[in-house]
Amino acid sequence: MTTRFFGAAVKRNEDKKLLTGQALFIDDVELPGMLHAAFLRSQVAHARVKGIDPSKALKRDGVIAVYTAADLGAYWQSGPLLVPPPPVPGLVFNLRTHVPLARDTVRYAGEPLAIVVAESRYIAEDALDDIAVDLEILPAVVDLEKALDKDAIPVHGDLGTNIAAHVHQTKGNYRSVAAQADLILKRRFRYEHGMSSPIETRGIVAQWNARAQHMTVWDTTQAPVFVRNGLAGALGLGERQVRVIAPFVGGGFGPKIMMLYPEEAMLPWISMRLNRPVKWIEDRFEHFVATTHERGQIHDAEIALTRDGRILGVKDVFLHDNGAYNPYGLTVPINSQCTLLGPYVIPAYDSTFTSVFTNLPIVTPYRGAGRQHGVFVIERLLDLAAHELDIDPAEIRRRNLIPSDAFPYRNEIIYQDFQPLEYDSGNYEPVLDKALEAIGYADFVAEQPRLRAQGRYVGIGVACYVEGTGIGPYEGAKVRVQANGKVSVATGIGTQGQGHFTSFAQIVADQLGVDVTDVEIVTGDTDQFYWGAGTFASRGAVVAGNAVNEASRAVRKKALKLASDAFECAEEDLVLADGKVSIIGIPEKFIRLGELAQRANPMRGAVKPGTEPGLESTQYFGPPSGSTANGVHAAIIEMDPLTFELKILKYVVVHDCGTVINPMILAGQIHGGVAQGIGNAFYEKLSFDEHGQLLNASLADYLLPTALEVPRMQLDHTTTPSPLNPLGIKGAGEAGAIPVGPLFAQAIENALGLKQNGVELLEIPLSPSRLFELIRKGSKA
Amino acid sequence: MKPAPFKYIKASSVAHALSLKAEYGDDGRFLAGGQSLIPALNFRLARPAVLIDINGLAELEACDCLEGGRLRLGALTRYRTLERNGDLLRACPLFADALPHIAHPQIRNRGTVGGNLSHADPASELPAVTVAMRARMRVKSEAGERELDAADFFVGLLTTDLRPDEMLIDVTLPVQKPRSGGCFLEVARRRGDFALAGCAAVITLDDGSRCTDVRLALCGVGETPVDASGAAAALIGEKGSDKLIDAVATDVQRGIAPAGNVHASPDYQRHLAGVLSARALRKALQRVAHAA
Amino acid sequence: MQPDRHEVQVSVNGSAYRREVESRMLLSDFLRHELLLAGTHVGCEHGVCGACTVLLDGEPIRSCLMLAVQANGHELSTIEGLAQDTGELHPIQQAMHAHHGLQCGYCTPGILMTMMAFLRENPAPSEQEVREALSGNLCRCTGYQNIVDAMLVAAKAMRASVP
Repeated sequence: MTTRFFGAAVKRNEDKKLLTGQALFIDDVELPGMLHAAFLRSQVAHARVKGIDPSKALKRDGVIAVYTAADLGAYWQSGPLLVPPPPVPGLVFNLRTHVPLARDTVRYAGEPLAIVVAESRYIAEDALDDIAVDLEILPAVVDLEKALDKDAIPVHGDLGTNIAAHVHQTKGNYRSVAAQADLILKRRFRYEHGMSSPIETRGIVAQWNARAQHMTVWDTTQAPVFVRNGLAGALGLGERQVRVIAPFVGGGFGPKIMMLYPEEAMLPWISMRLNRPVKWIEDRFEHFVATTHERGQIHDAEIALTRDGRILGVKDVFLHDNGAYNPYGLTVPINSQCTLLGPYVIPAYDSTFTSVFTNLPIVTPYRGAGRQHGVFVIERLLDLAAHELDIDPAEIRRRNLIPSDAFPYRNEIIYQDFQPLEYDSGNYEPVLDKALEAIGYADFVAEQPRLRAQGRYVGIGVACYVEGTGIGPYEGAKVRVQANGKVSVATGIGTQGQGHFTSFAQIVADQLGVDVTDVEIVTGDTDQFYWGAGTFASRGAVVAGNAVNEASRAVRKKALKLASDAFECAEEDLVLADGKVSIIGIPEKFIRLGELAQRANPMRGAVKPGTEPGLESTQYFGPPSGSTANGVHAAIIEMDPLTFELKILKYVVVHDCGTVINPMILAGQIHGGVAQGIGNAFYEKLSFDEHGQLLNASLADYLLPTALEVPRMQLDHTTTPSPLNPLGIKGAGEAGAIPVGPLFAQAIENALGLKQNGVELLEIPLSPSRLFELIRKGSKA
Repeated sequence: MKPAPFKYIKASSVAHALSLKAEYGDDGRFLAGGQSLIPALNFRLARPAVLIDINGLAELEACDCLEGGRLRLGALTRYRTLERNGDLLRACPLFADALPHIAHPQIRNRGTVGGNLSHADPASELPAVTVAMRARMRVKSEAGERELDAADFFVGLLTTDLRPDEMLIDVTLPVQKPRSGGCFLEVARRRGDFALAGCAAVITLDDGSRCTDVRLALCGVGETPVDASGAAAALIGEKGSDKLIDAVATDVQRGIAPAGNVHASPDYQRHLAGVLSARALRKALQRVAHAA
Repeated sequence: MQPDRHEVQVSVNGSAYRREVESRMLLSDFLRHELLLAGTHVGCEHGVCGACTVLLDGEPIRSCLMLAVQANGHELSTIEGLAQDTGELHPIQQAMHAHHGLQCGYCTPGILMTMMAFLRENPAPSEQEVREALSGNLCRCTGYQNIVDAMLVAAKAMRASVP
């Protein structure tokens, strides 16, 4: 097999549709007789529902129906648990999942209370005002620490506590290493992560066909197969009666997976009741409260080191804001717990977290999925230690990197994929070296005093991370050569811009000797591919990519076998290229792949026992455990010392995600991740008041970075293939977003000389106003 | 996020628009650029019964230099028109500084001077510029016409002195005097966002480089644009030394009571007001020197 | 209250359309759901994200911040009119493809319309000018870098194609 395409910067197959406005997104689905839905959402965070009266709304012209929890009968039930907790001994997990419409209690501002179905979205919104809601307002649980007070009101009354989960994991014996430490540093860290805010919000169109007894659902989900299964179960249908299509999806970044969102549960049910198609498109205001968030953790962490800066151990106790329900299990805090260990040798680790119910929107993974929080803690601890021990921040990192001969490296604690955390492969020091060289670390350190003398406050930062990627359980792919010679590929994952139409095509094209543009990929249609998990956790390329590879190899084998029978020659004498199989050295003797596909489906004669018709194959791939990518980000920033405005002068990412399928697409993933990381570090904050009201639910006040906030980035790579899959791939989707918080904190401290003045930046997001407050407080102290 | 129902009437003349406004009063809203009004409609924060569309009324589109050294901006002057009018920007350099801070090109293509001023968002740039420039607002109703100072036009948070039957027709302001320098500065979270604090400064010097006139106005730090020219009057008759300017900035900080918002604490806003006042005054002084 | 309806006549990408719509219908909804020109996307409906940018008489505007009835008698250009009838992409589209300036593609139509007008007026922009022009369009996928590169290349191509 030649690798013409694999590893090359192949331009994307999907672009043309997107560039000409011809790609089908959810709100482009138009069906005859389609109705439009709008949700009435609670305006308060915590309340008892005394009554909901929709009678006035029902009288409005154009309103077809209004439903409340009382109308749902047996359909009203708590949603399923999407990810069960991992098998950690002693783990406490109190499952409380959300419901389609709040019935007795509302637990966050934005929770749906009723749904209006009308002839247009305009009318549906008019009718929301007509619904009379009687709520008895309860105190809202907003503060993570107060939520655990003995007299705190429980978010779930029957539970009697706001503890959603409690998990303790250890590696080695922290207490004994701490006893031998030269230095122990202890700090409290706060890390808030915002929300994904894809430019396309969520949406659902459900169409019940009563004659066919069949449900078609167009959904912006990242996990169509899960949604299909969940809906079939809830609606009392067989899986074959439900088709879920994730069309072109305008960005996901995690929160477009749930099982099921209330809206996902309601629309199909309503379509069955009314026997008409129904559409709901989340508006931006709803998106801020109806789509899941990531949010805050508070870490009390300590690090024990030797005098020369070697880490002996880390102890961390943290609280995790889970929001009002926990349908996504423990993925986010487990990621925080595991990712804290980073690329460093940490012989002893003692980590405990408590996940807390609050009267705030639900927390589920968003790009990085809790990894940021852990990376912030360890990277900041190292910065503090470097300062305390008078070691250069880059140098203290180098001293602690896991050596290249230590892989696979066991971190022992249980990861989100239920396996003991083990780094499959890695070579960390060259990544750090490349990053330091690219940013000009040594030169900058020499230059900085001169800049300061000119009155310029310029600083540098460097931060490392390891990212668990490519977790199981599995994905599958069906590769099929068609009579016209084009190859169709179907897989069960959804796609939200990751370039799967191209990267998967590259894998197929090399195996089958066709052009990338002759490979058509279908993702996200459960009728095209029945099984799968979804696009999350930086796993699409790793898991589905390898399944595509396996299926392509099987088809290749079939093609060669068929051709060798036709030519009566050995398979070794054949070559697959340019869409045909030919005999080596006799290029005029060939059969086109399309013709082979026809021959594989004969009208007469027998298909031999043990063979299957069709030039196609369906294969599955499931890695034994996740593969670990790693990287280093470095930046030089300049601060205005009075206004605390920030400008990034240079930004470098060096990254190792194993074998690269398409470096152009990979670079795009890194760029986008960094942009979201910058948003997280300095711009994006969900501001809630003490009543659980989101104060900045608009894109004017929730600040996504623009082209003026995101700098040019300089990227470089090293390649350490993963031994866990034949292609050697590791995931890359989240890498760009993960270490930006600590990088900013370090660079800002460095630029403003804060450490020398006793000011430490122990929280994210930062902002000019917050820096002003912290520095003022610090200089008073 | 769809607007509640309303009746839409396209005005055929200013007189028509005014008669409609007289009829509907506060239930009617003028629709100019719509760049603040339509978001408010979409969020259903505003629910006027009637929208009176004044777009296309030529009587409101003046944008020119009048005799007697004054500039006239009709209410329908779009930001973009202003941005592209080199003569105007030279006559009032504050606009050249301030306009790029107003949202983004697409908004500036639609947004109008009159709509902006009538909306009276205290964090917006133009109200502060008009106060700094001693602009005069000409307002009209069926009952008649009156003119008022910019400083009197803005009376509270999102509130002007306009009566329910009145419309802002145009704004006039003096051409920047010789031996003058102006500067507008602001801090926003991102370019184009509303100001956390902004400052417009104009200084005029005599031949001995002593200040004969100082204008200083701020946005974002009060319920209306804040006229801080009183604090800046300490510079009059003086050469603007660093020490004097710093004293003015401190005085400005004392005179304001910013409310704070999700992006900035009140103390940070007050701090910014001082920093920006000092910087804007210094820059304005430099510009006089360059111009001279 | 009886719905307040008005006739709207517009030209979009050179084709004339006539519809009667309610006065409150946003131009973005009109284009997408009345004229079925769904290439113009909606991201926020409060004028921040820029996804719905179209050209009104040649100038980029937010179609979510304008009523359909206000467009009566005006000319609009949308993403659907950018490529040639032969299917050949406009240089600005070609550059986006060549430089991987799009990922999910949702913000792309708004970005293309914004930058079309910008590059016409500024045929030789600097990187900083491109970034400023782009700052009214949010993209959550690309980090903007490849879009900026694509626009600088597109500017060159458009300069070359102007006689």
